[in-house]
Amino acid sequence: MGRRGPLGRSGRGVAVLLAGALAMAGTACTSQRTGRTGGAGPDGRVRIGLVTKTDSNPFFVALREAAKARAAQDGAELVALAGKFDGDNDGQVAALENLVQQGVNAILVTPSNSTGILGAIRHARDRGILVVALDTETQPKDAVDATFATDNVEAGRAQGRYVRAALAGREPRLLMLDGTPGGTVDEQRHRGFLDGVGLAEEDPRVLAKEPTNGDQNKAQQAMENLLQRAGDVNAVYTLNEPAARGAHAALQARGLAAQAVIGSIDGGCQGVRDVKEGKYAVTVMQFPKKMAEEGVRAAVEFARTGRKPSGFVNTGSTVVTDRPVPGVDSEDTAWGLRNCWG
Amino acid sequence: MGPAELLGVTTMSLTAPRRAALSEFVLRTPAVGPAVALVFAVVLFSLTTDTFLDVDNLSLVVQQSLVVGTLALGQTLVILTGGIDLANAAACVLATLLMAKLAVGGTASPVTLLAGVAVAVAVGLTTGGVVTAFRLPPFIVTLGVLTILTAASRIYAGGQSYPVTDGLLGWLGTRQYLFGQIEVTFGMGVALALYLVLWYSLTRTAWGRHVYAVGNDPEAARLSGIHVRRTLLSVYVVAGLVYGVAAWQALGRVPNADPNAFQTGNLDSITAVVLGGTSLFGGRGSVLGTLVGALIVAVLRSGLTQAGIDNLYQDVATGVLVIVAVAVDRLSRRRQR
Amino acid sequence: MTGVDGRDAPLEPVLSARALVKRFGRVTAIDGSDFDLMPGEVLAVVGDNGAGKSSLIKALSGALVPDEGEIRVDGRPVRFHGPLDARRHGIETVYQDLALAPAQDVASNLFLGRERRRPGVLGRVFRLLDTRGMRAEAERVLGELGIGVRSMSQPVETLSGGQRQGVAVARAAAFGTRVVIMDEPTAALGVAESAKVLDLIGRIRDRGLPVVLISHNMPHVFEIADRIHVHRLGRRVALVSPAERTMNEVVGLITGALRVGADGELEEVRDAVRTGLTRTGGGTAE
Repeated sequence: MGRRGPLGRSGRGVAVLLAGALAMAGTACTSQRTGRTGGAGPDGRVRIGLVTKTDSNPFFVALREAAKARAAQDGAELVALAGKFDGDNDGQVAALENLVQQGVNAILVTPSNSTGILGAIRHARDRGILVVALDTETQPKDAVDATFATDNVEAGRAQGRYVRAALAGREPRLLMLDGTPGGTVDEQRHRGFLDGVGLAEEDPRVLAKEPTNGDQNKAQQAMENLLQRAGDVNAVYTLNEPAARGAHAALQARGLAAQAVIGSIDGGCQGVRDVKEGKYAVTVMQFPKKMAEEGVRAAVEFARTGRKPSGFVNTGSTVVTDRPVPGVDSEDTAWGLRNCWG
Repeated sequence: MGPAELLGVTTMSLTAPRRAALSEFVLRTPAVGPAVALVFAVVLFSLTTDTFLDVDNLSLVVQQSLVVGTLALGQTLVILTGGIDLANAAACVLATLLMAKLAVGGTASPVTLLAGVAVAVAVGLTTGGVVTAFRLPPFIVTLGVLTILTAASRIYAGGQSYPVTDGLLGWLGTRQYLFGQIEVTFGMGVALALYLVLWYSLTRTAWGRHVYAVGNDPEAARLSGIHVRRTLLSVYVVAGLVYGVAAWQALGRVPNADPNAFQTGNLDSITAVVLGGTSLFGGRGSVLGTLVGALIVAVLRSGLTQAGIDNLYQDVATGVLVIVAVAVDRLSRRRQR
Repeated sequence: MTGVDGRDAPLEPVLSARALVKRFGRVTAIDGSDFDLMPGEVLAVVGDNGAGKSSLIKALSGALVPDEGEIRVDGRPVRFHGPLDARRHGIETVYQDLALAPAQDVASNLFLGRERRRPGVLGRVFRLLDTRGMRAEAERVLGELGIGVRSMSQPVETLSGGQRQGVAVARAAAFGTRVVIMDEPTAALGVAESAKVLDLIGRIRDRGLPVVLISHNMPHVFEIADRIHVHRLGRRVALVSPAERTMNEVVGLITGALRVGADGELEEVRDAVRTGLTRTGGGTAE
């Protein structure tokens, strides 16, 4: 009996691994057939790579879907890759390298970290590939050919101005729910908001700042804890809508929802509905579809004509609220629901 | 034997003694199965894509697997003892931050490098100390260490990331050309050396045999006169050292120390270890298998990208492979009893 | 009680203990027990479950530190703080669960915990193991003891139960210079394999090493033992020769139905019979 055991085992081990590999071969071949039909060369088929921060955030899903749709429309092939989490520089670098190797004409990237992936971007551009940053700028800005993004400082400023106006003369007692420490977008919105609301970073009226990773649960928890020591809050900055929902839930549970003006940024459809339902007063909508479509358009144009876009292209942001305040241009939620993403 | 017969592979035509020798070879060299899978994947992608089989690309695949491959090397040691290290990537990230921040502050680069490695070793020493002194499950201890280190990194980084411009810290990413053709980095050399040293230590020294014995059956190891605690502690310290080198590798790949980096590095390293045929139950496996496992992940990612397949499906493929690998391990253990 | 090499009596015990006591909380596992192992003999230690045999054996093999009493090796008092201390005195133990690393091969297991290194720089600086040397040595030891294993590089988990027992016994025999202790070596084995292990014990005795055999199996004990140490309620209650006593008498001693009287003869214990302990005893004797 000591003889047969190991025999069957080794054969089986190899076989099972082979079966697994074969299963994947199936996938690879299928996509090969439906995916592309011959290089990027003579048939003029343009290949574009998209590298987002993550696969999970609805914002990037909207961006990706819009890019895919636009690419299909333009007859281009688009490979969508992403980091595993916000901050996965290593994953984004590998994604960029693999896209370069695959021979794409252009890469659209939302960098997780403004400086982390510069080497890989330079490498791609050295090979004559157009690199456009979407949503998030690189530092320095000219590390990429062009940036299509929301002006996040401006979006933050709009939120801040609205909140200040909505307070109608009351002294701000502000809590700030930030995203991930060190994130560029995070920092820009935060800075813009403070500018708009008219407070300095160290102003005592800024009662507290907490990172939430843009996560509703964490935001709620952070808010609950902050309320323990700052029950008289009347203004809340949130870097995105999930954080705003968390903040609202915490305030609601304490019966404080009426006293505080919560502002947010993003313009996801859920966020606009939240504003409509009065969970928070305002959200500043950004336009990922526009970023994606502009990005794909530029990529296709570059592949066909060699013309490169350049500089920072602001894809705009719009204040969405059903309670307009003087001095801040805004649209209502009906408009918001027609234009929202996700 | 079902799947083997279905596919008609390997065992059909061999005569009994040769089959016995082959099976023994496979048993004693658990990296064979994964190596076959790796070769298979490489051949597959070479045939189905125009761009995969290319010296530059193969070099790239290796470069992409360096950081996780190094983390997985330390992870292999811990898993061989029947433990698991959830904090390895967190230790690595803290080390990168220390290196980069000290360098920004003007500390001489060899000192920053040593400081980074030292902090990783200190983490290993602490983890191993707690695991052995209080006989706590490594899963729980390293979960705690992970939480502490993640927070410590964020506190230390103060919400910033630190670009690395220093030559020595980024040295492992420096590209060279062998024979004017093959792109290599110093990081590859360092990783290879580290793998060889640990392969030797595990297979050719008493320490290695003790590591395996402790993972196989700690009580049997104790009764055989092995210093179980000392062996365990040494494993965590060596693993810490390896994570320190992983930090150096990380700065070579991405010259930027970011407190948010490698959040899934612990799981990625476990994936590589498992794909390499090392048993999560301890006592079986090899570092060469882990090397193969890390390469399999990178080959999949690269090959599927070349084939124009999106990210999400790539993750599905990796996940399937992990489950297959664990199932193989499980089946082989059941056969034993 | 065979004398060794014609050495004259009175023989010094190789391993002995006097008035050992070990308590675990309120439970007294060893209650003032004595123990004597003479050179060259196979001494069987028998007793009912819970009689404290294991604790006694653990104390003798260093796995357990007694609270009171004295252990002597060749007449000299010793203190064991761990299995390694006992080993250093040449006392090797084959544990019931064998203490083998199943995934490692036969040779590695034989040398587990005391691997040999290559001579010279390779061994000293590079710590290189003498794998080939250890395999050759393992082959020699197993051959000498008549343990049939196909290859020294075979993982232990691919061996049969008897073969595994053989490897564990060979390890003890190879390194034991004074005593080999075996805890229930035949408990998990079939008839044929048990016979082989008993043969093996005989061969070890023939090499001059005394063996302590812990067993429940009376026929096995009577087949191989030179003397029988009967353990009951934490102490030695009798030391008998299988040539002079029957299995039933030994079972009686184990269960407490019989005891050794002041004159050295066995006598019945009446209240024990009344409580029906003999029935249990019959079960133990199979």
